Amino acid sequence: MTLLTPSSPAPALVVPENYLNESFSLRSWLLTTDHKRIAILYMLSITFFFALGGLAATLMRLELLTPHSTMVSDDTYNKLFTIHGVIMVWLFLIPSIPTTLGNFLIPMMIGARDLAFPRLNLLSWYLFMIGGTFILVMLLFGGVDTGWTFYPPLSTSRVHTYVILTAAGVFVTGFSSIATGLNFIVTVHTMRCPGMTWHRLPLFIWSHYATSIVLVMATPVLAITLALIAVERIFHVGIFDPAYGGDPILFEHLFWFYSHPAVYIMILPSFAVVSEIITCFSRKNIFGYAFVAYASISIALIGFLVWGHHMFVSGQSTYAGLTFSLLSFLVAVPSAIKVFNWTATLYKGSITFQTPMLYILGFIGLFTVGGLTGLFLAALPIDVHVNNTYFIVAHFHYIMVGGAVMAYLGGIHFWFPKMFGKLFPTWLSQLAAITIFLGFNLTFFPQFVVGYLGMPRRYHHYAPEFQIYNVLSTAGASILLVGYVLPLIYLLWAMRYGPAAGPNPWRATGLEWQTPSPPPTHNFEHIPIVARGPYDYLEEKPQNA
Amino acid sequence: MNRTFQLFPDAASRMSHQVDHLFWYLMLWSALLTVGVAGLILTFAVRYRARPGHRQGFLGPHHALEWTWTFATLAIFLSFFFWGADLYIGESAAPAGAMEIHVVGKQWMWKIQHPEGRREINELHVPVNRPVKLILASQDVIHGFYVPAFRIKQDVVPGRYANTWFQPTRPGTYHLFCSQYCGTEHSAMTGTVYVLEPADYAAWLAGMPTAVSEVQAGAQLFVQYSCHTCHGQQAPTLAGLYMSRVPLSDGSTVLADEAYLRESILYPAAKIVAGYPPIMPSYHNQLSEEQLFALIAYIKALRGASATQPATTPPGLVGEPPTTNPTGNPITNPQGIP
Repeated sequence: MTLLTPSSPAPALVVPENYLNESFSLRSWLLTTDHKRIAILYMLSITFFFALGGLAATLMRLELLTPHSTMVSDDTYNKLFTIHGVIMVWLFLIPSIPTTLGNFLIPMMIGARDLAFPRLNLLSWYLFMIGGTFILVMLLFGGVDTGWTFYPPLSTSRVHTYVILTAAGVFVTGFSSIATGLNFIVTVHTMRCPGMTWHRLPLFIWSHYATSIVLVMATPVLAITLALIAVERIFHVGIFDPAYGGDPILFEHLFWFYSHPAVYIMILPSFAVVSEIITCFSRKNIFGYAFVAYASISIALIGFLVWGHHMFVSGQSTYAGLTFSLLSFLVAVPSAIKVFNWTATLYKGSITFQTPMLYILGFIGLFTVGGLTGLFLAALPIDVHVNNTYFIVAHFHYIMVGGAVMAYLGGIHFWFPKMFGKLFPTWLSQLAAITIFLGFNLTFFPQFVVGYLGMPRRYHHYAPEFQIYNVLSTAGASILLVGYVLPLIYLLWAMRYGPAAGPNPWRATGLEWQTPSPPPTHNFEHIPIVARGPYDYLEEKPQNA
Repeated sequence: MNRTFQLFPDAASRMSHQVDHLFWYLMLWSALLTVGVAGLILTFAVRYRARPGHRQGFLGPHHALEWTWTFATLAIFLSFFFWGADLYIGESAAPAGAMEIHVVGKQWMWKIQHPEGRREINELHVPVNRPVKLILASQDVIHGFYVPAFRIKQDVVPGRYANTWFQPTRPGTYHLFCSQYCGTEHSAMTGTVYVLEPADYAAWLAGMPTAVSEVQAGAQLFVQYSCHTCHGQQAPTLAGLYMSRVPLSDGSTVLADEAYLRESILYPAAKIVAGYPPIMPSYHNQLSEEQLFALIAYIKALRGASATQPATTPPGLVGEPPTTNPTGNPITNPQGIP
C-alpha cells in the first residue's frame, strides 16, 4: 500500500506528542475514547485474566502428576477446570486479538482516525470489566464447579456453587463482545479512507470483519441460554431439567449454537495476524488474496451450521449426526486453503526469522495438527470413541493455544514497536518463541495419545497406565510457563528501556506503519489516499502487478 | 488394563477394530499432509532465506492451483466422511437377538441389571462373542457410558432412554468410565467390564441362585402399584403391546418401544390410546429408574394371545395379571392395523 502523502519524519531525540504521552492522568485513561488507549486497557485486563486462568491450569497440571488425589479435593479440582475454562474462553480468548490488536489497528489500517463509535468502544471495555468483576467475586466467594459448559440438570439443580453469578458475568461480557463486533462492522463499512476498496483491505480487516459477524450473530444466543439457566435454577420452570419437564438436550443445542461459532471467534483473528506477518517477513504479496479473504467469510458462515458435532453421543438421531459430520468436514476445507496459501506465500520469498515470524511459523504447524485432529472428531465412529477424552482436550488446545495464543503473541511482538515506539530484545524473544513452541508440544501432544487410550477429560483421579502421559504433560506445562513469563518480563522492560523503534522497523507496507511510533492521537496528520493493494513488498514490480 | 505403559488401547470388540482401521486411514493422510506442509515450510525457509544477493520473486494469482488443492482437499475429506458414515450407519442398531442389559447411572455409580436377575454395581459381566445391547437411564444428571476397549460411548440423559451395543471379541477385564462430567466424584464413577468365556459366564450367572429375575420383579411391581386393577378392563390390555403399533386418540399411531412405555408410565397424558379415557395417574417421581426397567421388562414379556409367538405367561407371577384377556381391543393387534 503506498501513501500519496508521505508522513513527516520524527525528530531524533524529542518524543513527539502521541496517544501515550498526551496526558498521564488516570482520568484521561479511564474516560478515553481513543481506540488505541482502549486497546491498551483491554491488553492489561486480558493479561491479568490470562495469568489467573493459567494459575488454575498450573494447579491442575501439578495435581495430575499422580493418578490419585495429592493436593486438592474433588470439588476443588472441579472448580479449577471450570474457572480455567470460563476465564480462558470468555475473559481471554474471545476478546484477545480483536479487542487489543483489532481495536488498535483496524482504524489505522483503513486510514481512519478512530472506530465508528468511540464511546461504544469504551462502554465495551467497561462491560467487559463488569463481567470480569462478577467472575472475580464468584472466585472470592468460593468458585463454581459446573464445567465451562454449564450442562443441566447438573448446573440447574445439583451443584451448590455460584452458577448464577458466573453466568451473569459471562452474560455481561457477551454484550461487550456484541458492542465490539458491531463497531468493527460499521467501521469497515463506513470509515475506509479514499482508495481503500474492499479488495485493497489488508486480510487482517477481512478476518476481523468475519469475526465480527459471528460475534454479533452468535453471542445473543449465549446470553439467552445463560439467562434460561438462571431462570431454571431459581424458578424450576422446566426448560432444561427433566424432573420438571424440561430437556437437557435443548440446552446442548442452544449452548453449542453459540459455542461452536465461538471457536471461530477465537481463531479467525489469528488468521488476520498470520496474513500480515507472513507477508512482511517473506517480503512477498500474499498468495491467493481472494481465496484467503473469502475463506474467512465461508468459515464464519458454515461455522454456524456445525454445532451438532459436539453432540454425536448425546443421543441425537443418526441423520442429524450424519448431517453435522458432513458439514464439519466442509468447514475444514477453507481452513486448509488458508494453510496452503500461507505456505505458498513463502515460495520465492526473502525470509527472515524475526520473533513475530517464528510465532507465525509455529502457528501454521500447530494449527495444521489441530485442524487435522479436528477431522478425526468430525468422523462419527472415531468421535464416539474420543469424545470427552483428552483427545478433545489436546485438539482444542492445539487450535486455541497453539493457534490463537501463538498468533496473539506473534501479533503483540509484531506491533509492539508501533504501539509503544520501542524495540524488544531480539535473541531473548526468539528464545521465548521457541520455548513456547516446544513446551506447548510436550504439554499437549501426549494428551492425544492418552485420549485415544481412553482417559476421560475432567478426571481428578485416573487409571495408573495414564500416568506417564500426564507426567510428560506437566513437564511440558512447566516449560510453557517459562515461555509465557519471559515475554511479560522483557516486553515490560522494553516499554521503558527499549531502543526507539522508528515508524516502521519491519519495513512493512500497512498504513499503520506510515505514521510515527507510537502514533499520534488522531493517527494520521492527513487522511491517506490508497492507490494499490496490500502487501506491495516488491521494490521492482513485474508488469502485471 | 492396569498395565503401566500402553501406547494404543486394547481392541476387544467387533467395533474397535473397525474404528481403528478408520483411525489409521485418517492418521495416514494426516501424516502426509503434516509432513507435506511442514516439509514445504522448512524447504522454503532454507531455500528462500534472506541473504546477500538474494531477492524475492513474484508469484501472481494462480487459480488453477487454488482450485486444484481446494477440490483435492474436499475429495480427501469426503472420503473420511463416507467411510465414517458407512461404519456409523452399519453399527447404529444392535442385531436382533442381542442380549439386553439395563444400566442406570446415578451420582456416582453404575447399576447394572441383568435380565436373569443378577445385579451389579460398577461391574459388568458379559459373555464373549455375543452381541450385548444396553438400555441406559440416568437417575439424576447426564452421565456418559464409556468402554474405551470397545470404542463405544453413549451419553445417558435423564428423562429418556439411551441405547448402545457391543460385541466383545476377547475375554479380559476392561475399563468402564463415566465420560460426561457429572459432579463431585465424576472421576470415581468408574468400573470394570469382565468379558468371560461362555462357561465362565454361565457359572457367574449361576452364582446367585436366589436372584429374582427382572420380569418377576416387574410382575411384583405391577401388582404393588395396582396396575392390574385397570389394565385389561377399563384400560388397554398390555399383552402383546411391546413393539406393536398403537393407535392414538389423535388418529396417529406410535411404536410401542421402551421409550413409549416409559413415557406412558410417567406421563400417561402425553399419548392417549384411541378409545380409552385418559384416567391413568402419573407415576412420575414414584418409581426409580430400576423399577421402571423392571416394569417395562415385565410388559415386554407379556405376549398376547394374538401375538406371533405362543402366549407364554412369565413364570413366578404374583397375583393374576391380565395376561389372557382377549377383549379384542386394538392394541393387541401386532400387525399395527388401526
